[in-house]
Amino acid sequence: MGHIKIDSLCREFVNRRKKKREDSGLAYGEKVSVLEDINIEVEDGEMVCLLGPSGCGKSTLLRIIAGFDKQSSGSILIDEKEITGPSSDNIFVFQHSGLLPWMTVWQNVELGLRHMQNAEEKKAEIQEYIEMVELDNFEQHYPHQLSGGMQRRAELARALAVNPDILIMDEPFSGLDFLTHMKMREEVVNMHQFLGKTILIVTHDIDDALIMGDRVVVFSKRPSQVKMNRKLDFPHPRIVFNKQTELSKLRDELFFMLGVSYAV
Amino acid sequence: MKTETHSTLTKNIAPVLSFTVLILVWEATVRFSGWDTNVLPGPYKVFESMIELIANGSLFKHTVASLFRVTWGFCLAALLGIPLGMILGRSPIASMLLNPIINFLRPISPLAWIPLAMLWFGIGDQPAVFLIFLASFFPIVVATTVAVHSINPTYFYVAANFNFSRKEVIQKIVIPAIIPDIITALRLTVTIAWIVVVAAEMIAVQSGLGYLILDSRNGLRLDYVMDGMIIIGLIGLYLDNIMRRLGRIESASWGMSQV
Repeated sequence: MGHIKIDSLCREFVNRRKKKREDSGLAYGEKVSVLEDINIEVEDGEMVCLLGPSGCGKSTLLRIIAGFDKQSSGSILIDEKEITGPSSDNIFVFQHSGLLPWMTVWQNVELGLRHMQNAEEKKAEIQEYIEMVELDNFEQHYPHQLSGGMQRRAELARALAVNPDILIMDEPFSGLDFLTHMKMREEVVNMHQFLGKTILIVTHDIDDALIMGDRVVVFSKRPSQVKMNRKLDFPHPRIVFNKQTELSKLRDELFFMLGVSYAV
Repeated sequence: MKTETHSTLTKNIAPVLSFTVLILVWEATVRFSGWDTNVLPGPYKVFESMIELIANGSLFKHTVASLFRVTWGFCLAALLGIPLGMILGRSPIASMLLNPIINFLRPISPLAWIPLAMLWFGIGDQPAVFLIFLASFFPIVVATTVAVHSINPTYFYVAANFNFSRKEVIQKIVIPAIIPDIITALRLTVTIAWIVVVAAEMIAVQSGLGYLILDSRNGLRLDYVMDGMIIIGLIGLYLDNIMRRLGRIESASWGMSQV
């Protein structure tokens, strides 16, 4: 479960700004095409990284897939079905924390499992996902008491706990410090190999895409079209930067010392 | 979290110090202004008459009467105003229909309602409660509406993503999200309620701190007037303290450190 077929999809926005802006020169009511004739097929269990210049509509595409937005024309089928709206089958991981700040980590993870009847099972399940992202002992903390990386991990745990078919991540590593970024990337790769869910990730970082993706899709500038759609058939762990010089060895060593084992 | 720059000792001593200075300045003004003590009673005289009023029980009686009215009017306003504000914040149609009326009634001073309130409710607690209600209701409604509007839309996406029902959206998103703002609004409004209770008691009733002040003025007992003022100030201080404590409950305090 988690097959996505995007067929000649377009998304236009209507300019609602009454005053003309000097840079865009768009009149009121004029249409701006953001996504133009997008065709992508994502296989079940594939991790697809979407790259492209900012403002090209990558996030818009994710929002349409999540059911938060609607395409202007064309179709998206998830497992042969039209998207009718947001659903817990496709969980969106937000660019800036989507954790509910008034709930503890435990309560946030519980959101996806709140309909479970058996309290014992529910408890065990929540605990399992919190441990999966290594947040044990932080269950009763509120998001603002956690570091940026821990917040992302908590959100990841919350998303995984629902057991969705598709995970949609909008720049999940933005705003993290460099090492946390590397570690999170590693964790997402491991998690993907372990759970085999379909994952869509929007990113700005080419390394991210090369290291994580089963497929890379590159978008052009607006109105964006698919510029490149390539399968990455390389085994993990991947090393994109590999000149065996003295310095790069030292770099490897430093990375290793600081807890990043292979994402060089 | 704010860094603790001052010790608790300093924090506790500072207000004592400023009040001491205030009383000294007061005493100095009395001595050097040459005004009659009937016009400007000094701290000692005011303190003495405060003991007197406490001893004969009238201060207690008036304070309870005022507190009773403020509590009723304020709680009614909060109980009706917060839900109404939430409806206005969530439903564009309700807001289009009701906002013009609210914005029309809002600038009318509650004191302007005194003649009507007395005609409708007679003399007693009811008109005063009604006036306090009016004074607190509109600020609470407006603050709640604004608070609902300013909820980060991401949380509604999260709610949709996790298949929240309408009830769950209210319970798990809207209410917790607006609590910090509501507490601030209540803090501001309780002050307004106190301002209005004094005014209402000067006209519509025969008890309460406002009545004490007016009655003492008529008897030219300015020391009693000042006693009334001091009690109102102290209660205001105390109420504000309670409200601030509410804001520090952990599940409500998320708003303070989140920018």
